[in-house]
Amino acid sequence: MIQYIFRRLMYTLPLLLGVNILTFFLFFVVNTPNDMARMQLGQKHVTEQAVNKWKVEHGYDLPLFLNTERRSFKQITETVFYQKSIKLFAFEFGVSDSGRDIGADIKQRMWPSLAIALPSLLLGLLVNIFAALMMVLFRHSYLEFWGVVACVVIMSISALFYIIGGQFLFSKLLKLVPISGFGYGIDTLKFLILPIVISVVSGLGSGGRWYRALFIEEVEKDYVVTARAKGLSETQTLFRHVLGNAMIPILTGVVVVLPLLFMGSLIMESFFSIPGLGSYTIDAINRQDFAIVRSMVFLGSVLYVIGLLLTDICYTLVDPRVKLL
Amino acid sequence: MILLISSVSIGVLLRNHDGLKRPLKKIAANKSAMLSMIILLFFLAVGLLDSIHFRAEGQRSSGVISVLDYCAKPLWQHTEKTYSAPFSAYLYSKEYITQDGGDKVWAFPRLQFGGSHLTNPESEKTSDLLSLLMTGLSKGLMLCMAGVGLRGLFVGKKSEQSARRYCPGFVCITISILIVGVAGLMELSMYYHIFGTDKVGEDVFYQTIKSIRTGLVIGSLTTFIMLPLAVIFGILAGFYRGWVDDLIQYIYTTLNSIPSVLLIAASILMVQVYMANHPESFTNLESRADLRLLFLCLILGVTSWTGLCRMLRAETLKLREMGYVQAAKVLGVKPFGILLQHILPNVMHIILIAVVLDFSALVLAEAVLSYINIGVDPSTYSWGNMINGARLEMAREPVVWWPLIAAFVFMFILVLTANLFADAVRDAFDPRRSQYGQ
Amino acid sequence: MFDVNCTRWLVLINCLLLSGCNDSMLNNPYSAIEHDKSILYSSFSERPKHLDPAVSYSSNEYAIIGQIYEPLFQYHYLKRPYQLIPLTATKMPEITYLSEDESGRLLTMRTVPETVRFTDYLIEIKSGVHYQPHPALAKMEKYIYHDLEADDLAGISTITDFEKLGTREMIAEDYVHQIKRLVHPKIHSPIAELMKQYIVGLDDFSNAAKEKNWLEFRAQNISGVEVIDKYHFRIRIYGKYPQFIFWLSMPFFSPMPWEADVFYGQEGLAERNISLDWFPIGTGPYMLMENNPNRQMVLSKNPYFHLERYPNAGESHDLALGLLADAGKPLPFIDKVIYVLEKETIPYWNKFLQGYYDASGVASDSFDQAIQFTGSGQAALTPELQEKEIRLQTAVTTSISYLGFNMIDSIVGGKSDKARKLRRAISIAIDYEEYISIFMNGRGVPAQGLLPPGIFGFEADLDGLNPYVYDWNDGYQRKSIDTAKRLMDEAGFKAGIDSSTLEPLVLYLDTSASGPDDRARLNWYRKQFSKLGIQLVIRATDYNRFQQKIRSGNAQLFLWGWNADYPDPENFFFLLYGPHSKIKTGGENAVNYQNDAYDRLFEQMRNLANGPDRLAKIHQLQEIIRYDAPWVLGFYPKSYSLIHSWYQNLKPHLMANNKLKYTRIDSVKRNRLRQAWNVPLWWPLMLLIGLLGILIFPAIIVYRKRKKAVINAL
Repeated sequence: MIQYIFRRLMYTLPLLLGVNILTFFLFFVVNTPNDMARMQLGQKHVTEQAVNKWKVEHGYDLPLFLNTERRSFKQITETVFYQKSIKLFAFEFGVSDSGRDIGADIKQRMWPSLAIALPSLLLGLLVNIFAALMMVLFRHSYLEFWGVVACVVIMSISALFYIIGGQFLFSKLLKLVPISGFGYGIDTLKFLILPIVISVVSGLGSGGRWYRALFIEEVEKDYVVTARAKGLSETQTLFRHVLGNAMIPILTGVVVVLPLLFMGSLIMESFFSIPGLGSYTIDAINRQDFAIVRSMVFLGSVLYVIGLLLTDICYTLVDPRVKLL
Repeated sequence: MILLISSVSIGVLLRNHDGLKRPLKKIAANKSAMLSMIILLFFLAVGLLDSIHFRAEGQRSSGVISVLDYCAKPLWQHTEKTYSAPFSAYLYSKEYITQDGGDKVWAFPRLQFGGSHLTNPESEKTSDLLSLLMTGLSKGLMLCMAGVGLRGLFVGKKSEQSARRYCPGFVCITISILIVGVAGLMELSMYYHIFGTDKVGEDVFYQTIKSIRTGLVIGSLTTFIMLPLAVIFGILAGFYRGWVDDLIQYIYTTLNSIPSVLLIAASILMVQVYMANHPESFTNLESRADLRLLFLCLILGVTSWTGLCRMLRAETLKLREMGYVQAAKVLGVKPFGILLQHILPNVMHIILIAVVLDFSALVLAEAVLSYINIGVDPSTYSWGNMINGARLEMAREPVVWWPLIAAFVFMFILVLTANLFADAVRDAFDPRRSQYGQ
Repeated sequence: MFDVNCTRWLVLINCLLLSGCNDSMLNNPYSAIEHDKSILYSSFSERPKHLDPAVSYSSNEYAIIGQIYEPLFQYHYLKRPYQLIPLTATKMPEITYLSEDESGRLLTMRTVPETVRFTDYLIEIKSGVHYQPHPALAKMEKYIYHDLEADDLAGISTITDFEKLGTREMIAEDYVHQIKRLVHPKIHSPIAELMKQYIVGLDDFSNAAKEKNWLEFRAQNISGVEVIDKYHFRIRIYGKYPQFIFWLSMPFFSPMPWEADVFYGQEGLAERNISLDWFPIGTGPYMLMENNPNRQMVLSKNPYFHLERYPNAGESHDLALGLLADAGKPLPFIDKVIYVLEKETIPYWNKFLQGYYDASGVASDSFDQAIQFTGSGQAALTPELQEKEIRLQTAVTTSISYLGFNMIDSIVGGKSDKARKLRRAISIAIDYEEYISIFMNGRGVPAQGLLPPGIFGFEADLDGLNPYVYDWNDGYQRKSIDTAKRLMDEAGFKAGIDSSTLEPLVLYLDTSASGPDDRARLNWYRKQFSKLGIQLVIRATDYNRFQQKIRSGNAQLFLWGWNADYPDPENFFFLLYGPHSKIKTGGENAVNYQNDAYDRLFEQMRNLANGPDRLAKIHQLQEIIRYDAPWVLGFYPKSYSLIHSWYQNLKPHLMANNKLKYTRIDSVKRNRLRQAWNVPLWWPLMLLIGLLGILIFPAIIVYRKRKKAVINAL
């Protein structure tokens, strides 16, 4: 088992290296270090010297890949690529273009992200599964038909409408929750209710349909038919057999996205001004803070890869038939 | 143009393939599927009208307008000063008006175009609206009659039976309702702003229908960029296995692991930089916006092919072990031939389902991307841009709701019909479902 | 059965939600225990980039550091026109002029001589002014935190994690140290190059101070800046530069203890975001307690703040407005200021209406809700806001928004008559009155010249008319579009067709605005140009690309603005001063305008004292600009701000950035009103839940039917 995990880990390394190189090219073609300096130094009275100074300080004055002015080992280490990209592997994100340590920010901001993403996921899962089960329970009836229609309708509405509408209704008209913001401790709750409800509702359409398809497939399998024939009631078969057997795909589906929850939701966070990683990324995009965007790309990739790894491990744990290839 | 070519090519592709006929018939029998297809086709027609450009001197700054612009001339020529509500004859904000006597009053001024033919809007508007609507509807009805008559002329010669099979009454009625409705709207839009006007007085209805093209282009162009990538890589990986498989798997896992939003953001910025450095190639606004749109599609395509590719790879892996493929191999059929004759036709249904499903997701994605400022060019008409602008309008008091609702309604209709159609396609093509369906 | 269940659930939900907060305000975004404290709630949309006074140069940064750092002088809060008074200085500086006689000796004079070689500013600072408690100043025989090892930093993640704090008296050396910091190689002060031109020896100092550590840096001296004793120092500048006193009142010239640089310069602190850019150290009324750019920033009272009293005198009507109620009382009044991160305008506005922010601007989109005009054209609040006792304050800001023509461009630039006529035609065609009415709800004044109201040299009515764009007809009246067309004709662009090439005229407008909100504005600009038959292509890029284009002179037309640093006409006219040209010197002359007559006049005007002489020169300068039209003179924006009734002592002041200490919060009233305004509405939610509940009925029916069917089948 440990050997297996180790092998899988080794497999992720070239993956991350690929991501790293790709992003490096993207980001250094888009904006030369000169542009970044201009942006950070502000507008009034900026001189060329100031720009050069800034570049030296942020390590952007080095050559991109090979430093011919240095000797041996330093030819490689004294380059922008090594300083800015390779160091990510050690989770040394460096400082943002505005001079703040990215690692510290990420550590701080991932918790609010998690606080909103995790309940959304779990609650969403519960609601989705419940809705799907109901649709399966009442299959071939007009209830199922309208359920599916409702799902499609919910799916067809842009997430932006849910947010704009929800904020307008619950915060502005009904004054039930604060419009936006974030608190710590017990205060957090009142800020989280609305975003969580909105993300659950907006996810209900596609989620409900997806789980319904999953359950329907399961329901028509032989063992379920047998169980039903044995005289188990519909509800019993559904909950005991169908749900039980669908648990594996459900769980593995959840495990993949679990690490990515730290990344937060881009739109939700910026609408509700929740200080998570999602709004952090949006800000960075808008400010063109490439150091942050680079770090977030890398972090996202790492988390995704971890998710894959976890899924593999889960599979082997849950289903003994999967061989440890 | 791209839309046209793609739809024709899809049609040709489908015609050549007999195996797809049965599911197609099944779709034809499904009422909601046909309904949504008609609406989709209608959207497509609007998009096509908007894609055919020609040069018309002195029309607009760039001198190039589309057929749709030509048809809807009053819509973009009738610009007001600022906001006005749907069907209103007045501006939405008060201003100083100098009255006949020379006194200045703080009141709502009349619109320059919307309802300008009325002398006393309060009393005349309702009846005027009704009569306009009736004229429009009757014009549409006449058009329908003509259509039915024509059809009778052409189809009548063939056997009535076969015509009925492919064009049941239901479809005819839907088309008629659509035509009548559109005619009514057109008639009204000549004299009023159906969806009001926006901040600089542009007609919102015009913006909404212009956005159809953007939505369609993003939805379809992206899928056509993503398709070859996904199909070629997916089938090759599954068929050849070995290092080809490893390489392709490596590529798509790498791409997949980068959060796509960030990848899109970086690429859009790159386009901006390119345009800034080559101003001579972009002499008018349209070409700049088009490049950005094109690039957005390209990058969306690059980020979204991985899912389909993975599915195709898995399917091909299964197929290559099938008896007939093995037999073909033994018989010495070249690998390329096997791929084309045996593998590709058998994964066609997966491709089709994926295409239709992706379409609606992409239309929705456009709005979200525009919110983060990495979507289409701000000067492009798109629902995303409209919604984005509408966020501020929702905070106005009294609320300016019409741009949001207009974008919402049209976008909702497009996505909903696409989704319904996708469902029908999936039901029709999924071999397992077709078994249970009967 | 269903009914019982449902109501029980509702009660449960009710209890759950209500137990969260004991007052009735469910939507209160702040902690409930804070409601009766004297806390001001404000917001920031983007975290301030720099809080280091040597670097900071934008209004959102000044909003914070203006409360923390104290320069030598400040503006009088109530008196108008703006008047500088001492803040940490005991009096206004003693100015002596030095001129050279034939033999090269320097002569000291109190009156202004013909040729001024140098000017000396002798400054005396107050004694007994102390810094806020800060770990950099914590001392036990020697400084506790100046030799931090890696182990010492183990539990430290923010500045408040340092246990020991200290303070010390502010001395003259601190001011001199700050002047040195302006040219420190690691601190990129935006005014470093400018100040090197004025302060004697600063350039040499910056060359000599390279590669030095903070202690050596401290020991190095600037030849033109001399510490006389603990409370006196002298600054010598080249020639005569009367505006220098304004610079001395900006945060660039705040005291900075050398200990701060040594402390923050230690290894390991920057990684923890502990630096002067994040945690200032000042002598002002407030100190920054929390700086979490992800959520909030908190200012609280500096316990060591020196005694400063609310001004006793102001303008004649200040007494009636209640602005003198606190006269003579020690400052500051508010205990704590919380700046909350708020990116979107919608939530901000709504929270303001709910009473959770104490003041707000008026965004264009919420304008109709807030403001209406009375019959006489006076802006007034709508009845809803009046009912909430909200007050409105308006002021024309000392800024100007303009559209620049790049004067080195081959089509729109240059001194030729053709280009000038084109520029003037465009100036007439762009109808800024309409712009102001659509996009700013009338909150702007169309510009007739460079100078906004409130700056010396501004003239109203006929005297201030721009005769090339406007006519005087009992008010300014923009010339007709036909006039503009005639000008186009004369320039050889009849109906927008270039007569030499017969091609339509295409112009490029560069802008950094690319958001969807800007789309409408840019459309509007296109509309204006098409009136003359000109095709306008908009090149929207990101801000740094935009700046690069301006810098390299690649733009043709561009939209920009200027916000006055200080209330002096020099700060506006220097924007078109030839030697400040953007491409040549990287100065602020963004259109690269070059006119010898203008430059000569500017140099004379710069050094004059406000008076008829200066006014005459300003007249000539304005005339040159109006005639040449290197800018389309846009408008001077007006600022409208709304203030809740409990927020007192506010008077608009466009220059001062330390206004906070004068203001006061009536927290009892605030709490009462907030409660009244925020009564939650439950019934729609109940209705919704009820509707969902009703859905259960068909489910039960279907379920029963099915069961029966199964039984029947069996």
